Amino acid sequence: MNVKKRLLDGARMNRAIRRMAIETVEKNRGTKDLIIVGIRSRGVPIGERIAKEIEEMEGHPVPFGILDITLYRDDLTTIAPQPVVKPTKLPEPIDDKIVVLVDDVLYTGRTVRAALDALIDFGRPRAVMLAVLIDRGHRELPIHADVIGKTVPTDADEVIKVRMAELDGEDEVLIMEK
Amino acid sequence: MRTQISSLKSKDLLGIEPLTSEEITLILDTAEGFKEVSERPVKKVPALRGQLVINLFMEASTRTRVSFEIAEKRLSADTLNFAASGSSVEKGETLIDTAENLMAMAPDMIVIRDKHPGAPKMLADRLPASIINAGDGAHEHPTQALLDAFTIRERLGRLHGVNVSIIGDIAHSRVVRSNIHLLTKMKASVTVAGPPTLIPAEIERLGVRVVHAIDEAIEGADVIMMLRIQLERQGKLSFPSLREYYNTFGLTPQRLRRAKESVIVMHPGPMNRGVEIASDVADGPWSVILEQVTNGVAVRMAVLYLLGGAHAAE
Repeated sequence: MNVKKRLLDGARMNRAIRRMAIETVEKNRGTKDLIIVGIRSRGVPIGERIAKEIEEMEGHPVPFGILDITLYRDDLTTIAPQPVVKPTKLPEPIDDKIVVLVDDVLYTGRTVRAALDALIDFGRPRAVMLAVLIDRGHRELPIHADVIGKTVPTDADEVIKVRMAELDGEDEVLIMEK
Repeated sequence: MRTQISSLKSKDLLGIEPLTSEEITLILDTAEGFKEVSERPVKKVPALRGQLVINLFMEASTRTRVSFEIAEKRLSADTLNFAASGSSVEKGETLIDTAENLMAMAPDMIVIRDKHPGAPKMLADRLPASIINAGDGAHEHPTQALLDAFTIRERLGRLHGVNVSIIGDIAHSRVVRSNIHLLTKMKASVTVAGPPTLIPAEIERLGVRVVHAIDEAIEGADVIMMLRIQLERQGKLSFPSLREYYNTFGLTPQRLRRAKESVIVMHPGPMNRGVEIASDVADGPWSVILEQVTNGVAVRMAVLYLLGGAHAAE
């Protein structure tokens, strides 16, 4: 795969994440009952950074959790090899809380569908919001994001690659061509 | 990330012997994810929805069968239990015919327990379904060894270099065989101990140390695995009496003092209190026997998940 374009560098990614944090607090008029939940894998560092930005802004921490959606995927029996299953870690019961799901790229919407199913097995949140770093279009399900870092029109044969310092050594978002 | 590979080579789990250390690590790492599922308010995930698992138990089993059944249900598989008693097997049907008839109902996986070593292999060679060995004679009991390893790793943080002593009826135990294969592959040091009549000749060739005095086996051990004395074999006991066995090989709190302070005591169950293990030990702070049972469900979920999905070779 060739790199077609560098969409975001580290500095621009940080600004996007800071704005996502501000929008998340604004939309909820504060941080009451808020839980930030990152979807494995790239949603985890993005969610952690959003939680950290909110803490710096508001002066108190917001609970942060990790959701593994592997077992809820709709293509589980058709993909090989099997994706590696990791634990889900939620900091507290999600009943009557406002859960902000965080992922790197919103594309078909199938990951978010799986995440909603997974989340509901843990309780009944008052509301669930979706925050994504990149919205690239091409939805296959009726799902939308509430907080978006950057909207990017893409072709179906392009691949968006989000790289995070915590997992990949560097912060950047690339458009790749198959 | 510890896992280097993400799938198992074979469609079946027939024993520990054919597995690589990477595959064992993959199963144990995957089981960590599944242990969390059992702690949720809704203890069920849709991973194996629509898949049919047949539990074919040709030999009595409570713990293993129940554990597999819970694992299957927590993965949303459909399950069907087939026991030898009261079935066509009692009317003279062969295992192959029984299995082929069950296969005509298109199960995705068959979990089999049979008193004949090699029965799971025979099915695996003939049937397209994934076969999981839940114990075949004195051959192997792979999921028991995996749950033992999971428990040791969870408690001690590693398998490499851990001193494990296995004490009791080494000769008739499939649990021992699977555990020796697993622990030596993962570079643990294994010592076996028991009456000479219950230790098979040349077992050293599997890479274990053999001692005949229990105190020697306990000395410096990180893990002590007690094996069940098979009381159903009373008629042909390999030692004079159960009381003598307890006096010579029973694990008591006094004897346990020779082990490391952090020692853990395991038992695959069912226990004979006052024969191979004193109640004070079985219920004492060293015991992880009930943790083994809890972990069994997570490990079996991991095995079912790893075998139940699409296979790279297909």
